[in-house]
Amino acid sequence: MGNLLKMTKDTIILGIEGTAWNLSAALVDERKIISEYEKPYLPKEGGIHPRDAAQSHASNIKEVISKTIKKAEIDLDEIKGVAFSIGPGMGPCLRTVATASRALSLLLKVPLLGVNHCVAHIEFGRWLTGAKNPLVLYVSGANSQVIAYRDKKYRIYGETLDIGVGNAIDKFSRFFGLKHPGGPKVEELAKRGKEYVRLPYVVKGMDFSFSGLVTAATSKSKENSLEDLSFSFQENAFSMLTEVTERALSYARRDELLLVGGVGANLRLREMLETICEEREVKFFVPDRRYVGDNGAMIAYTGLLMLKNGMVTPIERSSVKPNFRPDEVEIPWF
Amino acid sequence: MVLIRGAEATIYLDKNLGEVIKKRLPKRYRVKTLDDAIVEERTKTEAKIISDARRAGVPTPIILDLKDDEIKMEFIKGETLRDMVDEQMMEKAGEIVGKLHRGKIAHGDLTTSNMIYSSEDRIYLIDFGLSRYDTETEARGVDIHVLFQMLKSTYNDHEELKNSFIKGYKKNFGEDEANSVLKRVEEIERRGRYK
Repeated sequence: MGNLLKMTKDTIILGIEGTAWNLSAALVDERKIISEYEKPYLPKEGGIHPRDAAQSHASNIKEVISKTIKKAEIDLDEIKGVAFSIGPGMGPCLRTVATASRALSLLLKVPLLGVNHCVAHIEFGRWLTGAKNPLVLYVSGANSQVIAYRDKKYRIYGETLDIGVGNAIDKFSRFFGLKHPGGPKVEELAKRGKEYVRLPYVVKGMDFSFSGLVTAATSKSKENSLEDLSFSFQENAFSMLTEVTERALSYARRDELLLVGGVGANLRLREMLETICEEREVKFFVPDRRYVGDNGAMIAYTGLLMLKNGMVTPIERSSVKPNFRPDEVEIPWF
Repeated sequence: MVLIRGAEATIYLDKNLGEVIKKRLPKRYRVKTLDDAIVEERTKTEAKIISDARRAGVPTPIILDLKDDEIKMEFIKGETLRDMVDEQMMEKAGEIVGKLHRGKIAHGDLTTSNMIYSSEDRIYLIDFGLSRYDTETEARGVDIHVLFQMLKSTYNDHEELKNSFIKGYKKNFGEDEANSVLKRVEEIERRGRYK
């Protein structure tokens, strides 16, 4: 935050997040989160349908934005920029949020800021926790990556070879008829698991894969209790993530670890990561539970950094980027 | 004397004998049943594959002794490629990995930290803890994807290093076979990305 302290007057940015199931807005300035409001899309059954989610976002976005502004008790002309998640994410959801953001930026006559969702998790996490130059484990539904900063960019050291760990947990829980989101339910069931069932454990260097684990765990549903399978599933998935994290810490020579992304709320995963951090004398950072997952404040804060560095997004170049990678973004403020 | 306290194992060096011992310590974060199985499997497979790789013409340390959780092997004097890699070395590395794949082995953790430039001007491949016998294009593709990803994250001149590697790889693995593996690498890169 060093370069921001030079500013005399606070700059307020509105941020809107809606890459997947959570639609959330926030107002942020250099010092604090001013206000937030969210309206998550919860599928009635099964998983997230991108078009249903987008429709839900479209019907709620007006309310989410106006409540965020109302809660802040500020005048509209105090907002100096409109930030939104430009990607990665589900196309229909991204487009809904982008359309609203463009309109708002024109209406308020302030710059539009297209934020990389993954970079936002990292920057927001650093801001909240004070981590300086950490190795980052980013684990959410669709994304699972091991990242660290080097020479103006966040570089990807390792990642999933197939699906994100959150999606793996969702597939597992859907098979057993658990409602979305499955993560917290699997975490609870796992606590009551007694017997460990051997399941596939796939690590390739700093990469990893989960689809074989899902297939094996669901195919053993007749011989084993759901509690034991939940326990064993979590143990394998999180041990794999912990192993690659430890390898990457050693490889990238870092003494800080930052955990971000929705799956970061899982206490068993945190416990495993704390164990390796203790052993390696690495400082472990994780944002407050409510901020590990997707939220508007992380978009607003990263938008603020971008605005300070002149990285505005002209409307004609504000098309969404469903496959946007963190290493495509220049990071001049690091 | 502890030479390296790695993520996977601790390496002890006996300079007088010119031997190292690679000992896998239990991982406290893993449940015991899983950890015991992983340690035993990896130690056994690693020792066997190091020997087989050498038979396939890949420079690797000579195995001297094997226990459940440790391997005693020859000490390779030299430095890892990590901080000194150049295009010439990467081409050589490509030749070696070509031989390895021809020898039906996938390394599983190809990085410049797992390649030692020895004092007699040879590149040794080490750390076979994640290796296995696999002749599928997929396994070979993942092997090379892991290396390319690591080059990209670590070096600004990763494109040049990658091309040098490919040159060496084709030399020993064959143009057609290498091309089908490289095509798979592109597929693998796309697969893990946001869907």
